[in-house]
Amino acid sequence: MSSKPGMATLGRAAVLSIAAAFVILPLVATFLGGFKTIGELRSSPFGLPPHWDMSYYGEILHNPQFWSYLQSSLFVSLSAVLLTLLCASMAAYVFAHIRFFGSKMLLSYLLLGMMFPFATAILPLFIKIRDLGLLDNYLGVILPQTAFSMAFAIVLFKSFFEQLPHELFEAAYVEGCSYTRFFFQFTLPLSTPILATVGTFVFVQSWNNYLLPLVVINSREMFTWPLGMMQFRGEFIVEWNKILAFVSLTIFPAIVFFLAAQKYIVAGLTRGSVKG
Amino acid sequence: MTDAKVAAARPLTAKARIARMYRDGKLTTILLFLPPALLLFTLFVVTPILNAAHLSLYRWSGFGEVTDYVGLKNYSTLFAHSIFHQSMWNSVKIILASILLQIPLALGLALLIYRKTPTNTLFRLVFLAPYILAEIASGLIWSFMFDGDYGVSAQVASALSMPSFYILADKQFAFLAIITVIVWKYFGFHMMIFIAALQSVPGELLEAASLDCRKSWQIVAFVKLPLISHAIKLSVFFSIIGSLQVFDIIIPLTNGGPSNSTHSIVSYLYTFGLTRLNVGYGSAVGVALFLFCVFTALTYKRLVIREGKSA
Repeated sequence: MSSKPGMATLGRAAVLSIAAAFVILPLVATFLGGFKTIGELRSSPFGLPPHWDMSYYGEILHNPQFWSYLQSSLFVSLSAVLLTLLCASMAAYVFAHIRFFGSKMLLSYLLLGMMFPFATAILPLFIKIRDLGLLDNYLGVILPQTAFSMAFAIVLFKSFFEQLPHELFEAAYVEGCSYTRFFFQFTLPLSTPILATVGTFVFVQSWNNYLLPLVVINSREMFTWPLGMMQFRGEFIVEWNKILAFVSLTIFPAIVFFLAAQKYIVAGLTRGSVKG
Repeated sequence: MTDAKVAAARPLTAKARIARMYRDGKLTTILLFLPPALLLFTLFVVTPILNAAHLSLYRWSGFGEVTDYVGLKNYSTLFAHSIFHQSMWNSVKIILASILLQIPLALGLALLIYRKTPTNTLFRLVFLAPYILAEIASGLIWSFMFDGDYGVSAQVASALSMPSFYILADKQFAFLAIITVIVWKYFGFHMMIFIAALQSVPGELLEAASLDCRKSWQIVAFVKLPLISHAIKLSVFFSIIGSLQVFDIIIPLTNGGPSNSTHSIVSYLYTFGLTRLNVGYGSAVGVALFLFCVFTALTYKRLVIREGKSA
């Protein structure tokens, strides 16, 4: 490292720019690619398109199937979020506030879920979902996703609940407020930051999930967007401009969401890592 | 609050304790609040794993009765399968790349931008963005970048006036391409862990250090890195566990090809177990992966993370 501050600043700027270019260039090329003809794409994949041809984007935006993919994904993700928030926060509340015989054992049982990827048991999971009659049913995606998010969510909730002021609970208890009512009336409303953090993570995980819907969902009208995207890619294998337009339209909401929820994403990452 | 109550309750018999818990409403809460989480977790996480252990001893196509008991044959086939060796080796390569490439990159960038300034925040956002993009979309984007007729590789090839080069169809380089995408997607995640750790280093400590050490690299090597060693160990842990789960990225990039040389363990499981509905065989792969994960996680926790805490 140079002792001259000028050189160091310059070097720092260079490193950061190169890293940023590495991240951004593929995204920019994808976005611009959706405006180009195949020929333009071939001759200049990164340059600005000579004519901004809106037809590829327009075609997809006018395709009802595209909206149906997004709708399915939204439904699945929101359901998984709500279910995870409810089940995990209730369980974490018990672990944080009530000591009973076996509570530690039950907690470590649930935390086992953090240790391995859900792909390990995907085949028996598939059989189970089939035997429950949940194939080609959104519940077949939502319930396993919720189950696999449970461990991580419980850890974050539990440590948050333990930091809430105990005096509040004691005062409420003296007033005759039950544990159950206290949870819904006080704990949950006080926990919006952690609810948002966990919710954001579960949402992103569910929204991006490919393997589980791939195994569970068969009919095309029910496809989530990653399935739809792969289907689309299979149909237009050489027409990169169409595929890139499709990809852009699906990552656009993700980036908007990221910018809106970045506070919670960062909070989740740091909390998770400080705890672990 | 519960400490005192538990101490008071200890001499009571189990029955009396339960009655007491019922009276103060604890029992109702437990019975109301715990079962949903426990039930879902047991049904969709634990039983499938247990079933996998059982089914891995059979040959079964997923229909009819499970009767064709084959003992450990699925496992012996698996461990003799050269493509499985290759996918294990690929997972090891991903782990190595994470540790030797991704974590140093993330650490370097974290050191450059951990202070809270507007520019740094902007860079932080940019570097973290790929982390939230879907693996499947990232894979598609990069399969365009690596396409021999379009994308970067085409540009590089034509600039060097070479014939077009199809990285993803090349046995030697395809996996390197996959590793690039993995680094692209996840280095921001590791960087955030390091930034959080660096920000929690007390400022007075760094001031004191800057009086003792002349050069900034000395502060980094002797003060900052030791202080965030816990974060580094954790980050390595996440890399290992994450490397074992890679799947979505591979499908749009190479789909395991060319000639099955770029499978991860999970894409191997998918290709040879799931798509052929070889339930017994796929379960055996799953069990192997499960044991591998648990073993790695426990050993790493015991050897590296615990030891660090007591030192």
